[in-house]
Amino acid sequence: MGAQLREKAAIVGIGETEYSKESGRTELALACEAIRKAADDAGISVGEIDGLVRYDMDPVDEVALTSSAGLRNLRWMSHTGYGGTGGNAVIVHAAAAIAAGLATTVVCYRSLNERSGARYGQGSTWMSEKVGGFEQMQMPWGLLTPAQAFGMFARRHMIEYGWTSEQFGAVAVALRTHGSMNPRAMMRKPITVADHQASRMIADPLHLLDCCIESDGGCAVIVTTAERARSLRKPPAWIMGAAQGSGTRARGIIFRDDLATTEAHFTAKDVYASAGVGPADIDAVMIYDHFTPFIPMALEAYGFCGRGEGGPFVEDGRIHFDGELPVNTHGGNHSEAYIHGLPHIIEATRQLRGESSAQVPGCEVVLSCSAVAQLSAAVILRKD
Amino acid sequence: MLRGMPLPRPDHDTQPFWDAAQEGRYVVPRCAACGVGHWPPGPMCPHCFGDEIAWGDAPTRGSVYSWVVATHPVAEVLVDQVPYAIALIDLEPGVRVVGNVVGCDPSAIQAGMAVEVFFEEREEGVRVPNFRIPSGNLEA
Repeated sequence: MGAQLREKAAIVGIGETEYSKESGRTELALACEAIRKAADDAGISVGEIDGLVRYDMDPVDEVALTSSAGLRNLRWMSHTGYGGTGGNAVIVHAAAAIAAGLATTVVCYRSLNERSGARYGQGSTWMSEKVGGFEQMQMPWGLLTPAQAFGMFARRHMIEYGWTSEQFGAVAVALRTHGSMNPRAMMRKPITVADHQASRMIADPLHLLDCCIESDGGCAVIVTTAERARSLRKPPAWIMGAAQGSGTRARGIIFRDDLATTEAHFTAKDVYASAGVGPADIDAVMIYDHFTPFIPMALEAYGFCGRGEGGPFVEDGRIHFDGELPVNTHGGNHSEAYIHGLPHIIEATRQLRGESSAQVPGCEVVLSCSAVAQLSAAVILRKD
Repeated sequence: MLRGMPLPRPDHDTQPFWDAAQEGRYVVPRCAACGVGHWPPGPMCPHCFGDEIAWGDAPTRGSVYSWVVATHPVAEVLVDQVPYAIALIDLEPGVRVVGNVVGCDPSAIQAGMAVEVFFEEREEGVRVPNFRIPSGNLEA
């Protein structure tokens, strides 16, 4: 992929609600608040938004928002899947729409009462008496939740490359260290690898502290044209490159030829080509962290270490905010909140503005990506 | 045998699988043109794009590719059924299926371990294929 998107658009506004176990509000209310805050952050009126990209899983759609958030005359509306790839995929769509001249100011959002409502970690959220689709080839054998499916990838990396649970623990410690510094984070009490090892097993090899939290909250991001970005309230976070990828045979998460080669291997090539940079140019990485092992998997796919080396790479504080390659400086889905990866783009923007609670000195280029979420997407942002 | 799990709701792509299971046969979809199998069952061959599917008996033995041990009961019905193993089992090229490894301590499961097909009778008389360790043979 070429440079069609290179710096045609920038992130200019970010908005978040409080993150909690029970918002006490509808998801529509969460979306409206996040969008209004993102517009305020950018210094624009909500009425100036003319494009919208939503997660296809989001309970709030563009029709509801035209009535309740004051959006009017949307010229571009798009939906992206899949699950946790959404946080980056919405930005890919927004940048593409702006580069094509289909809209000038696009809002991307995610609103989720995932702790007080349908919890992703509960089998009952996904089960029914009879199941069709790929679920009929999984659920009769008690494969019911994401932890059970994604644990298969962790196990395979332990088999092929000798990764250890303690290495996953090092990831959990890094995420909580960053969470402890973040006033928005739901989980702020620092942990040790011993705490991780002592946490109860959920889907062996995944312990409780390998799993992200469940939370209520809303996030929104505003993307606009290069021309407009220069005149708004905050310094723009420039979208250098962006890419999506399906990989091959992604259906049902686990029905693949090789659990050690993920869709991210495809997207990595495309996003670096799109941005015109490589791993050596990246100062911090935001990775969709539904489960800890997917951070080392992403680091391999995006070229920060060799195949199979992700496990050892995440040890010794290397991915802490003051380490060699800071990862998820907001605490990620594990410590800040689980709003399906959109907070990762928000944190990338904060780093480039110098506003992070775990600021990386001299942070100029940030990669936001995922390892396995059935589909994949990645974005590279640059400081103004 | 797990109790209270969702039962299958077959569709046009999966009906032959569940019909055969009811008769005690494990069948898999293969491409009529290139002969390669795929999973989950679908309407065309993902390898050569052939659109004629020929169902046939799978090998009665497979080997464990990966697995997790469900230790946390994610549904009320599982409270007294954990821990149980959920495994990905290689049956033949292109066909990697889900099953439990029944009758074996989950901590004894190893990569590459041989397993054999058997059938369980679930609720409503639905027969579901599953996997167990072949007697007297622990290596693939």
